[in-house]
This record gives sequence, structure tokens and C-alpha cells, in this order.
Amino acid sequence: MTTRDLARRVRLHALDMTSRGGSSHIGSILSIADILAMLYGEVLAVDPANPRWPERDRFILSKGHAGAGVYATLAECGFFPTERLKDHYQDGSDLSGHVSHKGIPGVEVSTGSLGHGLSIAAGMAYAGMLAGKSHRVVCLLSDGECDEGSNWEAILFAAHHKLGNLTAIIDYNKIQSLTTVADTIALEPFADKWRAFGWRVLETDGHDHDRLRTALGDEARVGEAPTCVIAHTTKGKGVSFMESSVLWHYRTAKGEEFEAAKRELQGDA
Amino acid sequence: MRDAFVARLTALAEDDPRLMLITGDLGFGVLTKFAERFPRQFINAGVAEQNMMGLATGLAMEGHVVFTYSIANFGTLRCLEQIRNDAAYHDANVKVVAVGGGFSYGALGISHHATEDLAILRALPAMTVVAPGDDWEAAEATEALVNTPGTAYLRLDRSSMDRAPEQGERFALGASRRVKEGAAATIISTGGMLGEALAAHETLASEGLLTRVLSLHTLSPIDSPAVIDACRTTGGLVTVEEHSVVGGLGSAVAEVCADAEVFPRAFKRIGLRAGFSSIVGGQQYLRTRYGIDAAAIVAAVRSIAGA
Repeated sequence: MTTRDLARRVRLHALDMTSRGGSSHIGSILSIADILAMLYGEVLAVDPANPRWPERDRFILSKGHAGAGVYATLAECGFFPTERLKDHYQDGSDLSGHVSHKGIPGVEVSTGSLGHGLSIAAGMAYAGMLAGKSHRVVCLLSDGECDEGSNWEAILFAAHHKLGNLTAIIDYNKIQSLTTVADTIALEPFADKWRAFGWRVLETDGHDHDRLRTALGDEARVGEAPTCVIAHTTKGKGVSFMESSVLWHYRTAKGEEFEAAKRELQGDA
Repeated sequence: MRDAFVARLTALAEDDPRLMLITGDLGFGVLTKFAERFPRQFINAGVAEQNMMGLATGLAMEGHVVFTYSIANFGTLRCLEQIRNDAAYHDANVKVVAVGGGFSYGALGISHHATEDLAILRALPAMTVVAPGDDWEAAEATEALVNTPGTAYLRLDRSSMDRAPEQGERFALGASRRVKEGAAATIISTGGMLGEALAAHETLASEGLLTRVLSLHTLSPIDSPAVIDACRTTGGLVTVEEHSVVGGLGSAVAEVCADAEVFPRAFKRIGLRAGFSSIVGGQQYLRTRYGIDAAAIVAAVRSIAGA
């Protein structure tokens, strides 16, 4: 399966999961589907048959509200049966709306409150460095999440300790909960902020698989400093009426909206 | 207590490379030896407690046993959500250590009065909550926590009682210590209030009132059998804590009694009731000022005994 196929499947699963369960955040998931597909399809060294393989690369979704995207990706990659995805957000399910690790092979860390993932990732990266291991730790954050001060504590720490095995990816779709990032708490000049804090910064189109492959793969491993990949994305990517719309941070696709979204995603091969 | 903790941790770190100590930029002169001897096992995370707790979780997930070190409320309340979601929910081997329990830093003002921490931390599922009563308990608790997987809170206070244990006595998390025996009442103390409890015991004994004294160093999980036995075999309970009466030791003991439907003949909670203290002062001064010292315990027992 190509990473494009994987991304398309993840989007379709996510649409199905959020619509079936009536959950939010479809826009946030569609925004990162290509990043997840590239990570699990090609970049990360992981083994679905042995999710706790000690030498694996670690991935943390810090924007836990897009957890359905991670569940779908893991299922498609063989960590658990895709059939299980139907339980998402249902009574009695352990596939919670915000990503949880309990009982779900392949999920490293549970998140849901923003601003937690990068510190945990830094701890893992520090441990890897101490042990002289070569695996990577990759953490995916949202742009709005960068309002959280705790991230900037982690950013300072990771640069100070030269955690070159740590990669932060920012899903920079420029929309947060109520309105645009620019109108909430402006992040620009965003790349400069990361650089000023001592990180290498790469910028890429977050939906272009060729560019993602380079940025998330070999490029992010260069040097002693931790790397931040700012992925310019479109919230709701792949469904025309969801794209760049604040509404679809929370709205659930039902009825004709669901069918229309599904048709668009099926055509996006 | 702090020194007993650091000394035991240092001794254990020698043979256990899993052990790590992360400080939130505190412990001047106290952690220096550890840092110099074990540079690979020591991190100063800076003045950034939220990140410190996330780091601790990440390190623990990779196999380390991580002690975080801070004072008063900084290492607990400032990063409470990281303790809950990151460390505790992941059953991470993170031991949150706060020095300066209660009024240890009484003169520094309310930012440094750790007087609600026990209630808040014992409310978290999967948290072991320990407040040692003397130096021996602090050292033994440190070692026990290393050997007990999971997330824990170790509250140390400034009172330092170098009191030898009984011959052959062994420390166990979750088991209280019966340090004095008597039947007039049972004084149950947690943390450094053990010193006040023992002083009260001596005064009362000189009057012919013999009290049992329990050092309830582990607040969660609580030693229910010892509490129930005290209800059944002594004249009443007096709980003693350098902490708000809301949710702390007294509350925990009352929960045990009510759940078991075994009620003490009398029940008095000695703890803080006056709200935030804008008054400052030394630890002993504030204990007396707020009626949680040995004299208050003596009065409570006398009232139970009708003396």
C-alpha cells in the first residue's frame, strides 16, 4: 500500500468513526492524515507484530483529539484489526475520543489535554540518548496547542540537552478551536521562535508526500539539535466543504454531509 | 527528613542505574553530592515543573525509576495534571517528592504552605501517598518506593526526628506503626506531626492517661485494619495532621470507619481549619498558633477521657 492509499483509508475510517460515534474533530484528523500515513507507512521503524520492540521509533500524538486518526493508521498497518475501529466512541469501548494507550497496541502515550506530549517525548529522547540508542522520538502537535506554556518549557529543555533524536511536527493548519490562530494568539514569526529556542526548523507542505518523506525522514535526523518540522496543512483536507473551516473542528458529518464527504474521499486516490 | 531521603537515595543509586533524580532547580547544597557522583542519573530541569513531570514520565516509560524533587506545592499542584494524566494514568514509575510539607517553610508565606497536598494527591487513583513521621521512616519509605512499581507522592517536612525504630522493626508501605501503646485513646498522626503526638503521649502518660500512638505514614493505601482496631479497643480517635482537615488524614480515617460501619467512641480531628494563613512564622509557632501542637492533642485526649 502506498502512503497515499494509506492516507485515503485513514481519512475514510476517521469520517466513518466520527460520524458513527457522533464525535468531533474530523477536521483535525483530516489535517494530519498524510503525516500519519508517511510516518507509519515509511518513516518510523515499528513492528506491528511486536509493538513494544525496544528498538522501535516512538511516536506521540500530543494533539490527542485527533486520536481516531492514530487508531485508524495503526489498524491499517496491522497493529489490530480494522474491525475494532467500529467501537470508537461507543459505550464500553476503550477507543476513546482522545487517544488512549490502554488496551490498544501501538499507542505509546495517552493524551487529550494539550501541552503534555512534547515533555514526555523529551523524557523518552533523553533516555534514548543516555542509553546510546539510535531510535527516534517523534511528537505531533497542533498549532493551537503551542499556546500552552508547558511546550515552551520542553522546547527549552530539548535544545539545552541537544536531543537530536527528537522531532516535533507541527500540524500548522492555522485554525484552532474558535477561530484562526492569527486571531487567537498569533504564533508568527513561528519558525523564528523555534530557531531562537535552539531548534532546527524544516518547513513543508503537510500534504505533499514527497516533501513529507524528505522532511520527516532523513532531513529530520541531521545534527545535534532537535528538529521541528512545521507542516503547512489544511484543516479538513480532502473534503471541500470542510477545508479551512472552523465549523468542522467540532461538527459531525451526518446524512447527506456524510455521504458527500465519503464520495470526495473515495475519489481522492 | 530531607537529608535521610537524599542519603538513602544516594546509597541506592550506586547499584541501581535505573534510578534518576530530577530537580526543579531546588536543593542547593542538598543534592550536590548526588549530582556529582551520578551525573548520568541527575537532571536539573530548571524552573519548569510541568515539563519536569512530563520528562519524568517519559524516562519512566523507558525503564527508569524517577524521583522528582521540589518544595512545597511546586512539584505537585503546579503540575497536577501531568501527575494525573501522564505519570499516574500510565502507571509510570515516578515518585514525586516534595520537601516542605505543611508549615516547613512557614515564614515564606502561603505560596510555600503545603497544606492541601495530601487531600489532592490521595484523590488520584493509583497514587501511593506517603508522609513519613521521622527520619527512619523517610529513608525506609524511599527504598520501599524504589521497590514498588507505580506513581507515588512522598511528602517530607522540615521537622527532623532522629528516632530509632524498635529492634527488628520493618517498614512497609500501607502499614501504620504502633509506636506507643495505651487504651485511653488512639492518636493517629501523619508526617512530622508524629513528634507532636509523642510529646502529647508523654504529657498524658504523666497524668496516668495512656494513649496508643499510630504513625500513619502511608495515607493511601490506608491501613484500615489498624484504624478499625483502634476504634474497637481504645477510647476514641484523635487524628493529627499539618494539613487542612478537608480531605486529609482525618477525612481518610473517617472514611474507613464509615465504610466499615465501625465507629470510634469519640472522634476528634486536629488539623487546619482557619483557611489560608496570611500570618507567617516558624513551623512550631504556626503549629501552636493554629492549635495543632502537642498541647492541642493533650486537650483533645483529655476531653475524650473525661479528664
